[in-house]
Amino acid sequence: MRSIRLEPRAEQSLLASFLVSGSAILLTLLAGSMLFVFYGKSPVAGFHAFFVEPLQTQYGIGEVLLKMTPLLLIAQGLAIGFRARIWNIGAEGQLILGAIAAGTVAIWFETSDSLFLLPGMIIVGALAGMAWAGIAAWLRVTFNANEILVTFMLSNIALQLLYYLVTGPLRDPQGFNFPQSVTFSDAAMFSILLEDTRVSTALIIALVASIAAWIFVRRSMLGYQLIVGGLAPAAAQYAGFSAKRTIWISLLIGGAAAGIAGVGEVSGPLGMLQRNISPGYGYAAIIVAFLGALHPIGIIFSSALMALIYVGGDYARLSIGLPSAVTTIFQGMLLTFYLASSLLLSYKIRFSDPRVAIQRSPAS
Amino acid sequence: MMDPIIFVLAGTLAAGTSMLFAAMGELVAEKSGVLNLGVEGMMAVGAAAGFVTVATTGSHSLGFLVGALTAGLLSLVHAILVTVFLANQVASGLAVGILGLGVSAAIGKNFEGTTVEPLAKLDIPLLSDFPVIGPGLFSQDIMVYLAMLLAFGIWFLMNRTKPGLIIRSIGESPAAAHALGYRVLLIRALCVLFGGAMAGIGGAYLATAYTPLWAEGMVAGRGWIVVALIVFGTWIVPRIVLGAYLFGAVTLLELSIQAMGLNIPSQLLSASPYIITIIVLAVISRNKTLISLNSPVSLGQTFKAGS
Amino acid sequence: MNDSSQTPLLKLSGITKVYPSVVANDGVDLEVSAGEIHAVLGENGAGKSTLMKIIYGVSEPDAGTIHWRGDELSIRSPAHARSLGIGMVFQHFSLFETLTVVENVSLAVPGSLPELSKNIEEAAERFGLMVNPQARVQSLTVGERQRVEILRCILQKPELLVLDEPTSVLPPSGIEQLFKTLKMLAREGYGIIFISHKLDEIRALCDTATILRQGKVTGRVDPKEETNASLTQLMVGRDVEEVRAARATEPGDELLQVVNVNYRPNDPFASSLEQVNLSLRAGEILGIAGVSGNGQQILAKLLAGEVQLPAIDGEILLKGRSIGGDGVISRRQSGLQYIPEERLGRGAVPGMSLAHNGLLTGHLAGLSAKGFISFSGIRNFATSAIDDFDVRCGGHSSEAHSLSGGNLQKFIVGREINLEPEVLIVAQPTWGVDVGAAAAIRKRLLALRDAGVAILVISEELSELFEVCDRLQVMFRGQMSQSVDAVDTDRNRIGLAMTGEFSALGEHKIESVVAHA
Repeated sequence: MRSIRLEPRAEQSLLASFLVSGSAILLTLLAGSMLFVFYGKSPVAGFHAFFVEPLQTQYGIGEVLLKMTPLLLIAQGLAIGFRARIWNIGAEGQLILGAIAAGTVAIWFETSDSLFLLPGMIIVGALAGMAWAGIAAWLRVTFNANEILVTFMLSNIALQLLYYLVTGPLRDPQGFNFPQSVTFSDAAMFSILLEDTRVSTALIIALVASIAAWIFVRRSMLGYQLIVGGLAPAAAQYAGFSAKRTIWISLLIGGAAAGIAGVGEVSGPLGMLQRNISPGYGYAAIIVAFLGALHPIGIIFSSALMALIYVGGDYARLSIGLPSAVTTIFQGMLLTFYLASSLLLSYKIRFSDPRVAIQRSPAS
Repeated sequence: MMDPIIFVLAGTLAAGTSMLFAAMGELVAEKSGVLNLGVEGMMAVGAAAGFVTVATTGSHSLGFLVGALTAGLLSLVHAILVTVFLANQVASGLAVGILGLGVSAAIGKNFEGTTVEPLAKLDIPLLSDFPVIGPGLFSQDIMVYLAMLLAFGIWFLMNRTKPGLIIRSIGESPAAAHALGYRVLLIRALCVLFGGAMAGIGGAYLATAYTPLWAEGMVAGRGWIVVALIVFGTWIVPRIVLGAYLFGAVTLLELSIQAMGLNIPSQLLSASPYIITIIVLAVISRNKTLISLNSPVSLGQTFKAGS
Repeated sequence: MNDSSQTPLLKLSGITKVYPSVVANDGVDLEVSAGEIHAVLGENGAGKSTLMKIIYGVSEPDAGTIHWRGDELSIRSPAHARSLGIGMVFQHFSLFETLTVVENVSLAVPGSLPELSKNIEEAAERFGLMVNPQARVQSLTVGERQRVEILRCILQKPELLVLDEPTSVLPPSGIEQLFKTLKMLAREGYGIIFISHKLDEIRALCDTATILRQGKVTGRVDPKEETNASLTQLMVGRDVEEVRAARATEPGDELLQVVNVNYRPNDPFASSLEQVNLSLRAGEILGIAGVSGNGQQILAKLLAGEVQLPAIDGEILLKGRSIGGDGVISRRQSGLQYIPEERLGRGAVPGMSLAHNGLLTGHLAGLSAKGFISFSGIRNFATSAIDDFDVRCGGHSSEAHSLSGGNLQKFIVGREINLEPEVLIVAQPTWGVDVGAAAAIRKRLLALRDAGVAILVISEELSELFEVCDRLQVMFRGQMSQSVDAVDTDRNRIGLAMTGEFSALGEHKIESVVAHA
C-alpha cells in the first residue's frame, strides 16, 4: 500500500503554474463532455461548436477578441487587489458606473466631433469606476465593513441606477419609450481595429494595461508593498506599509480598470446606454484573474479562454441548441477545478511507502 | 383588503423565512471556521430543484428534501475544496456560487414562468383566533414555524451541547482541536454540508411557498444578504433571527410602497435592500470589539492537518 | 515490589526519524518509570520536539520500537496516546481562549460541565493548581493558563505526563510553584518527561536526564551530580565562549526617551501600559526583563511606530525630537531600526526570496528609485547581509521559510544592521536560535554598542540579559520598574521584580527619566 502526502514547495515553480491551469482546463473539458451527454449531444459536436466554430471565421475570432477586451482589462485590475487579499467582487458595478459616466458625457456632447471626446470619456469612466470602488474602500477603512459584501451590494445598486437612467433621465426622447439612450456620435466611439469585426482599439488599451500591470507588480515599490500586505499583513505593518493605503489602491485600481472596460462596451459594440451593458464580465473576470494565476501574462491567456467560452456558448446555443446556462456552468467549473488543482502550486504531492511516510494526519 | 397590520406581520415572517433557513446553515458553517460565499448559488439550486420536484410530483415535502439534497451536494464541492484541497475560502465560495447559478438555470429551464400550488397555511388552534396578532403571526405555512424551531435548535446546539462546543472550538483554533484528536476537516465539511442543505431548503421555500413560480434568478441577492446577516447578527442567533425578519420587512416595504402608488422610482425600491445592507454593515462593523468578541477566530483560514 | 513496577512505563529503543533535509532522531533510547521525573535536554534543533511528537503519536518513527508498560506497540495518533495514558502539556498553549476553563477541559475529558467543575476544583486543591473553572481563558494570566493545561491533562488520568519547555512562560516564583506540583505528581506515581534547555531547572527538579545533540543521545546522567558546565559540554559538544564584555566607553548622548507613556486598548484582554518611562543613551544596552505578555510587545510596537499618537498618550523623543506621531518609515529614516520577536510572517515574508525580504526595510537604503525597485540593488543588499553574518542558505533567491530559525534571525539582524541604526530595538534576539547563532548575535550587539549605537533589548531570558546589558528595567502588568545597573543587581532580585516586587531592585540608583526630560 502506498500513501499520499503533501510536502510544501521550497520555491514557486513556473511549470507548476502551467500544470495547474492546464489540468483545470482538462478537467473542465472532461466534465463538460458529461454535460453535453446529459443534454443528449455528442461531446465532439459540443466541443466543436464551443471551441472550434468561433475560431473558424474572422468574425468569430473578432467576437472572441471583442469579449476578451473587458475581461482582460478588469482581470488585470482585480488581480492586483487579489494579490493584496482585497476581494473586490463588484467589478460588474464599477463597469456599469464607468459606462454610465462616459455615456452621460457622450449624450451631453451628442453632436460633438472633438478628438478629445473619447479620451475625456475614458478618463470620466475610469474616475466613475474608481469612485464606485472607492465607496467600498472608504467603508472598509473607516468602518471596517467587509469589502466583499459591500462591492457586491454596490453592483446591484449600480444596475438599478442604470435601469433608472435609461428609462428616465437619459432615455432617447425619440426612442419610442425603449429603455435606451441616443446613439453616440462617431467621436464618442472607439474605432474598429480589425476590418469586418467589432474589435475596437479598446483592445489595445487592455493590452497596454497588461504591460503596465506587469511592470507594476514586478518592478514598482507600490506593487511590492501590496504583495507583502497580502502575503504577510504583520510584515507589512512591521515595515510601515499602510494597510489602509493597500485597501485604497487595490480597490481604486480595480475600479479604474472596470470603469474603462465599461467605456469600451458603450463606446464599442453597443454605441449607446441600454439595460444590458455586460453579460457578467465583472464576475467572469474574477475567474479569469484566478485562472491566470493572478499573473499579468497568465491573465492574457485566461481572458482569451474565457472569451472563447462566452462566444462558444452563443455558437453552441445556435448550432446545437445548448442552453445558455452551460456557459455559466463552464465558468464555475473552470474556477472550481482550478482551485482543486492549485494544491500543486504550494505543495508537491508525493506518493510514498508508508514505512517511510513522514507526516500522518490523525484527522484525515 | 387585508388589514395592513396583519399584512405586514404575516408578510414579514414569510418573507424572512427563506433567509432564516439559509442564515442558520451559514452560521453553523462559519462557527466551524468556514466562510461560504456560495449561499446565493446554493439557494438558487435548492429553489430550482425544489420547484421542479413539486411541479412534477406535487409533494412539497419531497420538494424540500430534493432542494436540500441538491444544494447539499453543491456545498460538498465547497467543503472538499476548502478542506482537502486547501483552497482559499473566498475563491472557492465564489466558484461554487457561480456553478450553482448555472446549474439552477439548467434545472429550471423547461419550467420558466410556470407555477405550483403554494404550501398550505396552518392555523395554530386558539392562537390564530386572536384578533390581528392571530392571523398575523399564527396563520402561516408550516415552514415558517419550522424555521423558528430551527433557529432555537441551532441556538441550543451551539450554546448548550457538546457538539456545539466542539464546533465552536474548531472555529476558534482548528490546530488546537486537532491536537485534542477532533476530526477537524470532517466536522468542518459536515458543517458546510449542513449549511448548504439549509440554503437549499431556504431556496425551495422561496420557489414553492413564498412566490410559487419559477423564474431564473429569483433568489435575487438573498443569498448575499444572508452572508451579511451573519455579520449583522455578530454570530449570535437571536440577532440573526431579528435581522432575517427585518430584511423580510424591507422586501415587503418595497411591495407595499409600490402598491400604494407613491412616486418613488421602482429602481430605488429594488436597490433599497442593498443600500440598507451596506449601511447596517458599516454601522455594525464599526464596533470592532463586538465583531472580534463573537466572530470565529479562524473564519476564512485554511487548515492543514498534520503539519 | 511486584514485576509491573519494575517495568518502565515507556521505553523507546533505537528511535530514528529522517526528514528530507535532516536526521532529526538517530537511534534514540529513552526509559521513563512511574514516579520518575526525567529530563530531555538539548539545544534548539537537537531533536527534542521530534521525539515528543513520536511519543505523542503525532509523527511515526522511521525505525525503532516503542514499549508501553512492557508491550511493544506503535502510537498511532494523539488520541491513541491519550487512551494509553500519555498526556501532553504544550509549550504553546492549545487552549481555546473564547471558552471557559471547564469547557476547555470538557473537550478533552468526558463528563458533564458541573461534574467537571467539581473535579477541577478537587484536583486544583490537591496539586496547588488554583483556577476558577468558570473563567474564560482569555482573562487568565499565562501561569493560570498553564495550570489549566496541566489540570486538563491530569483529569484524563494519564500515567505519563510530558511537559514541553513549561517554564519558559513563567516568572521565577511560578516556576517554584510548578516544581512543587510536579514533585507532588511524581510522588503520586506519575511518570514525567520534562523538556528543557535550562540547566539550573533540570538540576533542581529531575531524577534523570537524557541529553540530545544533533538527534543523538550524548548522555544519560543524574543531573543532581552534574554541573552546568558538564551538562553544557554534553549538550553542545564544546565549551561555549562567554560573551560578556565590559562596557568599553561611557555612554554618550541620550538618544531615545519615553516619558510617561500610557496605552489603554479597547480590547479588555489586550495588554496596556501605565506611566512607562525609559531613557537610552548612545553606546549602551538597556535590557527590558519580564515574563512575556506584560506589555513588552506593545512597548516595542509603540517605539517602532506601529502604534502611534493618539492611540497612546505621553511622549517619545528620538534625539530630542518628539516622534510619537511619526510612522514606522519616518522613524526608520531618523535612524531607529527594529528587530521583532516573530521572524517568520513579521520580520520576514515566508514565501518571498531573501532579496525581496531585504527590500522590506532596505528600501530606505536606496533600493528603489522613483518608486521602482532596483533588482541588482536588492540582490547586493541581501547578499551583504548573508555574507556579513554567515547566513546558511541557498543565496539571495532562497525563500525565507526555507531557512532555519537561527539563520533567518541572522539575516534579519544583518539586514537591520546594514541600515546603520543609531538606535536599535531588539525583541527576543535569540529566541529559538541555536547556541552558535545566539553567540554571534550577542557578540554583534556588543560590538554595535561599542561603536556608539543605543540598543534596547527586550528578552525573557535572564541569562541573556545579564550577558549583554549594561542596565536593566523590568516590566510587570504594563508597568516599568526604575533602571538598575546590571553589575549592581542579580538574577534573584530581577526575578522578584518580574513578579511585581519592584522594590526588590533597591532604593539606590533611582534614575528618574522625567528628570532628564
